[in-house]
Amino acid sequence: MMKRFGKLLLATAISAAMVFTASGNVFAEDTIRFGVAGAHSGDLASYGLPTVKAAEMVIEAANAKGGVLGKKVELLVEDDVCKPEVATNTATKLTSQGVHVVLGHICSGATKSALGIYKDKKIITMSPSATNPALTQSGDYPNFYRTIAPDDAQAHLEVDFAINTLGLKKLAVLHDKGDYGKGLAEFAKQFIKDGGKAEVVLYEGVTPGAVDYSAVVQKIKRAKADGVIFGGYHPEASKIVMQMRKKKIKIPFISDDGVKDDTFIKVAGKYAEGVYATGPRDTTGNPLAQAAIEGHKTKYGKEPGAFFLNAYSAALALLNAIEKAGSTNYDAISKALRTEFVETPLGKIRFDDRGDAIGIGFSMYQVKDGQYAELK
Amino acid sequence: MDFEYFFELLLGGLTRGSIYALIALGYTMVYGIIELINFAHGEIYMIGAFTALIIANVLTMMGLNHVAVLLLATVIAVIYSAAYGFTIEKIAYKPLRHAPRLSPLISAIGMSIFLQNYVLLAQTSDFLPFPSLIPEFDFMEPISHIISSAEMVILVTTAVTMVLLTVLIKFTKIGKAMRATAQDRSMAMLVGINVNRVISITFVIGSSLAALGGVLIASHIGMINFYIGFIAGIKAFTAAVLGGIGSIPGAVIGSLVLGCTESFATGYVSSDYEDVFAFALLVLILIFRPSGILGRSTTQKV
Repeated sequence: MMKRFGKLLLATAISAAMVFTASGNVFAEDTIRFGVAGAHSGDLASYGLPTVKAAEMVIEAANAKGGVLGKKVELLVEDDVCKPEVATNTATKLTSQGVHVVLGHICSGATKSALGIYKDKKIITMSPSATNPALTQSGDYPNFYRTIAPDDAQAHLEVDFAINTLGLKKLAVLHDKGDYGKGLAEFAKQFIKDGGKAEVVLYEGVTPGAVDYSAVVQKIKRAKADGVIFGGYHPEASKIVMQMRKKKIKIPFISDDGVKDDTFIKVAGKYAEGVYATGPRDTTGNPLAQAAIEGHKTKYGKEPGAFFLNAYSAALALLNAIEKAGSTNYDAISKALRTEFVETPLGKIRFDDRGDAIGIGFSMYQVKDGQYAELK
Repeated sequence: MDFEYFFELLLGGLTRGSIYALIALGYTMVYGIIELINFAHGEIYMIGAFTALIIANVLTMMGLNHVAVLLLATVIAVIYSAAYGFTIEKIAYKPLRHAPRLSPLISAIGMSIFLQNYVLLAQTSDFLPFPSLIPEFDFMEPISHIISSAEMVILVTTAVTMVLLTVLIKFTKIGKAMRATAQDRSMAMLVGINVNRVISITFVIGSSLAALGGVLIASHIGMINFYIGFIAGIKAFTAAVLGGIGSIPGAVIGSLVLGCTESFATGYVSSDYEDVFAFALLVLILIFRPSGILGRSTTQKV
């Protein structure tokens, strides 16, 4: 009984709110209201404040050029202290102020609790820092985007590379039984299954520090795998690769940023040649990134903090999408985010169907002549 | 195909078992003589590998050929580690010879931690590449992808070492003295055996074997760090208990059984369960044969 009453109440509240925003939108076309939410006080403020600065800089620059769609962009900043229970209030406050888009939130937990509110009011939300995979992958939040790679992005890139670039069909997925390595391996296994183009012929954890891995290596051979995806760190990876190569198993070996480490090349030596590993994309050479950081230094007199470039890129992507959409209509912005590329400090990006940025995050590297070289 | 797979796993298991055996012999001999579990023994294996690495790098820089590097590095590593074993006994165990049995055990654990940290500080915590000292060459086609040259060298070296050790203990004067000391230390002293010397020699032999194991496996695997002795030591100790601690053939059989169990568990079940099977085997053996596979009454050791 209580449950039904609760649902009824919720439905009423939502419909009431919808009426409110709808009416809000009708007489609020004079400015574009740009919400920024995140931790701006408390112990996690250092994660949230750079986002505010990034939004200020992007909006200032946009307004200096005459605004977006001929309208000034107005910045509305709300603090959520990275607490899920505060974040719902923050979201409610921003929506009641009639924001068109929201940059934030910062923490995955707070983002998740706030997203439902934005979703009900059809407000695009873009986080510079929430990496929890489920935020985009669950499909629960079609209004959510992010300019940071989710935790499973590496596994996704590895699988995509193995299947679509290298054309592998039978993959052995190994891990080191640790949180990081096993997590990635589980994602990789799932992606291979979901993709349907290749199969997992072996899925196993190796024991770190074991005297040798010859039995596992023989298993790879017996499973007739044509590629290995390994989740974990470089000591185990180099042992496996060396034993594989010594047993004349020349299939590709693909791993993660726990292996994209110079120690790996040093230890595995000539056997490291040709090994693939994902690692964070190098954007320090990007002129937009350099300009954004320089701009921050001149404006605020110090180095930007955490997720600054991600936030800067998100703000650019949001304004660009509104410009390209020609309106602040939810569907039009959604379409623009997914179809229009935009130049950002993180590179040229657009968003996939789930809301993750394409062209952000990790790159595939390969060991060539004793060094990791980024594959374009 | 399946037979081939079986043989590959078997050979992998025997190779791994051989390394365990080289280390396990040190545990079992020391236990046989003074009833002490020398927990610092795994560190001797690690020090052997580190010494060989340093020597091999120096010799390679001097431009010596491959075989010379292998032999010299092995010999120097073995001598150097034997000196370590000798010194450890003198510092950590001899003063405690008449102390309660728990004291030398704690001293052994302390020694193990000390040596790990000493190598960590003196060298590095990173993994270091170890040159493949054992030359790589291919056998004829069906054999070549079942066994590599390194595995062959490890198996043969271990087998030869076992034979030499058996000869030493069965037929030489010092071997007799060792057996006598193991049987009854005070009686051996009464008939004029220098017990302290026998104990020292036992440590020297055990350490040499562990160092040999360290050099061989490091060359096979291609990498070492300061922590490798811990896990290898625990496994070898398990193998010694499995075979019956105090018994030399027991240590060898226990090691080979353990190595093969791990290899088959990985090959036919999953490497997730490698350690589960290894230790389940230990528990089973200890339930049904509390003294180990070849363990006999405590009066007959070594």
